[in-house]
Amino acid sequence: MGVARYWREIPARYNLIGKKCEICGKVYFPPRTICPKCRRKSIGKMQDYKLSGKGTVESYTIIYTPPPEFEGKAPYAIALIKMEEGCYLTGQIVDCELDEIHIGMKVEACFRRIQEDGKRGAIYYGYKFRKAES
Amino acid sequence: MAAIVGYGAYVPRYRIKVEEIARIWGRQAKSISSGLNVFEKSVPSIDEDTATISVEAARRAVKAAKINPEEIGAVYVGSESHPYAVKPTATIVAEAIGATPELTAADYEFACKAGTAGMQNCIALVESKMIKYGMAIGADVAQAAPGDALEYTAAAGGAAYIIGKEGIAEINETVSFTTDTPDFWRREGQPYPGHGERFTGEPAYFRHVGTAAKMLMERVGSKPSDYDYAIFHQPNGKFPVRIARKLGFEKKQIEDGLLCPIIGNTYSGSAMLGLAAVLDIAKPGQRILTVSYGSGAGSDAFDITVTDAIESYPRQGIRRMIEEKKYVDYATYMKFRREFE
Amino acid sequence: MREVAIIGIGMTEFGELWQKSFRELVAEAGVKAILDAGIEGENIDAMYIGGMSTGRFIGQEHVGSLALEVAGLEDLHIPATRVEAACASGGVAMHQGYIAVASGMYDIVVVGGAEKMTDVVGGEATNILASAADREWESFFGATFPGLYALMARYHMHHHGTTQEQLAMVAVKNHHNGSLNPKAQFRREISIEDVLNSPIVAEPLHLLDCSPITDGAAAAILAPVDIARKYTDKIIKIKASVQACDTLSFHSRSRFDSLPAAVHAAKKAYEMAGVKPSDIDVAEVHDCFTIAEIIAIEDLGFVEKGKGGKATEEGLTALDGQIPVNTSGGLKAKGHPVGATGVAQINEIVMQLRGEADKRQVKGATIGLTHNVGGSGGTAVVHILEAI
Repeated sequence: MGVARYWREIPARYNLIGKKCEICGKVYFPPRTICPKCRRKSIGKMQDYKLSGKGTVESYTIIYTPPPEFEGKAPYAIALIKMEEGCYLTGQIVDCELDEIHIGMKVEACFRRIQEDGKRGAIYYGYKFRKAES
Repeated sequence: MAAIVGYGAYVPRYRIKVEEIARIWGRQAKSISSGLNVFEKSVPSIDEDTATISVEAARRAVKAAKINPEEIGAVYVGSESHPYAVKPTATIVAEAIGATPELTAADYEFACKAGTAGMQNCIALVESKMIKYGMAIGADVAQAAPGDALEYTAAAGGAAYIIGKEGIAEINETVSFTTDTPDFWRREGQPYPGHGERFTGEPAYFRHVGTAAKMLMERVGSKPSDYDYAIFHQPNGKFPVRIARKLGFEKKQIEDGLLCPIIGNTYSGSAMLGLAAVLDIAKPGQRILTVSYGSGAGSDAFDITVTDAIESYPRQGIRRMIEEKKYVDYATYMKFRREFE
Repeated sequence: MREVAIIGIGMTEFGELWQKSFRELVAEAGVKAILDAGIEGENIDAMYIGGMSTGRFIGQEHVGSLALEVAGLEDLHIPATRVEAACASGGVAMHQGYIAVASGMYDIVVVGGAEKMTDVVGGEATNILASAADREWESFFGATFPGLYALMARYHMHHHGTTQEQLAMVAVKNHHNGSLNPKAQFRREISIEDVLNSPIVAEPLHLLDCSPITDGAAAAILAPVDIARKYTDKIIKIKASVQACDTLSFHSRSRFDSLPAAVHAAKKAYEMAGVKPSDIDVAEVHDCFTIAEIIAIEDLGFVEKGKGGKATEEGLTALDGQIPVNTSGGLKAKGHPVGATGVAQINEIVMQLRGEADKRQVKGATIGLTHNVGGSGGTAVVHILEAI
C-alpha cells in the first residue's frame, strides 16, 4: 500500500471520524460521501462526526489462516461490530481470551498497530477493539 | 512554575514471571527475584508499541483532564523504543488525540529520562506563555538481549502528563544533573543495548539520582521528611530503595510509587508511572519528590505539591489496571516481542 | 427485446492445471463451445470474457484483446471485452452477452470465463481473492474472505440454529456430486467427520467448508432464439438474466443472514421468467463456502429464511432430492476458477436441460437456475434457463 492511501484514512482510522447526514441525521462509518437514504439532497451536507468508540459484537470469527500481512499474528478475532451510533464496522478484538468473545459482548475502540510494509516500509496504525470497561 | 493539569497511564495486559525467564536460561529464579526485587514484568501484545502505548496514556490524560485537545500547543514523546528511527511518535499521538495541526512536536531520547526531559520543556513553554497546555509522554517497549541480565526487567508501559498554568499539582521547581557517563547504550541499527554491568550502579544511577535530589532540596530549602512521597527511577526494585535510604527517605515514603516489582522497568515510563501511582492516592497539600534517571547520563528532579483540584480529578487507578493481567510463557513472550520476524 | 438462447457450451476440466496456461484454457473452452454450437468463427459478433484478476494472477490486463488473438479471430476485428465482478465475473459476462443479443446489437456472442490461479503461490492467491472484499475497511484490518463468510455463518448459526454439521453436509453432498463429474477438481467422497476434522480456516469454517484454488475456463455461445435453429436442435432459452448489486462491504449491508442482492436478482428473475421457485428442477448456486449454499437456497426461495441448514440435512437439495442443487459438485468439489465459475454453472444447467449430465442427470429437468455471487454479496447474477 502506498503511504498516501494510508494517510488519507488517518482521521477515520485513528479517531473513528465518520460522517453524519445533516438531512436525516444518520451516522455513517466508515465515512461516506453520499447518504444512501437522502442521496442528492445530502451532497455537501455530510458532516464529520466522531464515534464514541463503543459498540457491541454482532458476529465474530477467529482467523486461523491469515493473509501475508498478518502472518505470525494468528489466531486472531475479527468481528462485525454494531457501534452505539447505529452503524456497523469490521475490526479485530484483542486483549481477551478468544473463547470469551460472544455475540452481544460490549467492546470499545483502542489504538493498535495494524500492519507494516515489511521492515523498511511504513507502519500502519488504526482501531481494534477490546472488552469495554464496565 | 507550572502545574500538572492531568495525567494518564497505560500498562499492557500481559506479564511474564521472572521465574519463567529464569527457567529457560537455567538460572535460579529465587535469587534473581530477590536480588532485583522484581517478580514479573509487563509484556506488550504483538500489536502494541511505544506509539500505541503513548496514545492510550495520552487519551486517558485528555479525557480525565477534560481539556480541549486543540489547546495543546506541544507534544513530546520520550522513549528509547520509538517505532521509527526517523519519523516522530509525537505526531502520531498528536493526531490520535486531536491536537493537530496547530502545535509543535518532537520526540526525545535520553534513555529512561526522555519523558521527564519533555516535561521540563513543557514547563518552560507554559511559563513563557508560548503555549496553554503541553503534553509530555514517557513510554517504552524496552528490549533486552535474550539471556542478558536486563531481560528480567525490560518492560513496557507509559504515562502522559498535561502541563499548564494550574491544575491538580503544582510543579514548584525542577533541576537536572547531567554528565557524559556511558553506563548503558544502544548503537544505531542494533536491536539490543549494551551496558557496563556494575558500572551502571554507583557512577551512574546513584551518582546522578542522588546529586539531582540533593541539588533540588538545596534549591528549595527542603529535607526528606518534608515530603509525603518520593519517587525515583526504577531499573529494578532495589536501586530506588537504596538511594531512598541513602538520601534519608523512609520506606513508607517510596512504597506507593514503587511499581517495578510488579511490572518491571518501563524505562522512559518508569518514574512517570511511579508518579502517576502516587497521584492516584495523593491528597491536597501533600508534597512529592520525583527524580528520574536516564543512562548516558542524567537525572531530572521535580518538587511537586498537590492542590485541592485533585479531589475532583478522575484518578487513573493504575494499581487496579496493573492487576488486570494475563501471564504468558517465554515462547509467547518472544512471539509478542516479534523476535521471530 | 429478442429472446436469447444458448446454442453451445464448452469447458476445460477444473483443477491445478500446471501444464495449461491462461491462454490455453481460454482457447480450449472457446473451441469446445464453438464446435458444440456448430458455428463458424465468421458468425461471431462479439466476445465477453469474465476474469476476476488476471492482472494480479498472471500480470495480464486487456484480456479481451488477448482472447481474440488466442481465438485467431483478429481479422474480424470484433469487440472483445473483459468483465469483472469478483467471483461473479462469469455471471456478469453472461448478462452482458445476454443484453448484447437481446437488444439486437449483436447476433452470435461468445461468453467465456477463465481464471489461472496457480501461477502465484497460495498466500498470494488468497490475498488476491481478498480484493473482492473492502480493501480499506475489511481486509486492512485482517478480515479475510473466508473470515467474512465465517461472520455470516456464525450469525446464521446464532439466529437460525444452523449447525456445524449442517454446514458440513453441504460439502459432503457436493463432493458426492463431484465424484460423478469427470471435469471436477475433487472426485472423492468425504464425510461429515472429514469436514469437521479438517483444519480451521476461520471459525466456524473448516478447510473443507471452503472452495479451493482452481484453474479452469468455461464458455457458452448465445444467439437469438429465432436464428438458433439454424445451428442446433438443442436450444436452451434464457428465460431470465438478472444482475443486482449491493454494498461492497459486508458491514454496510441491510441484512447479515442473507444476500439482498441475490434475493433481489432472484425475485426479478422469477418475474421475468414467469416461474416460481418450486418450478425450478435443478440449480447451480454459489457455494464458495458451505454457508453460502445454505443462505443461497433461502435467498432463492427454495426454503424459508433460516431453514437452509435443516433442508440440507433433510436431503432437499440432494441429487435425488426435491430440488437438486449443485449437481456439478458446486464450487466446493468442481472447483472455483473465479472468473469461470458463472459460465461453468451455465454449462452444467445446459447439460442437465439437454439430458447430457450422465450420472448426475436430474430426470426430466426442463427449467434450471444459476446463482453466481461476487465477493461477500456485492454482486449477484441469476439466470433461469428452459429447454425448448
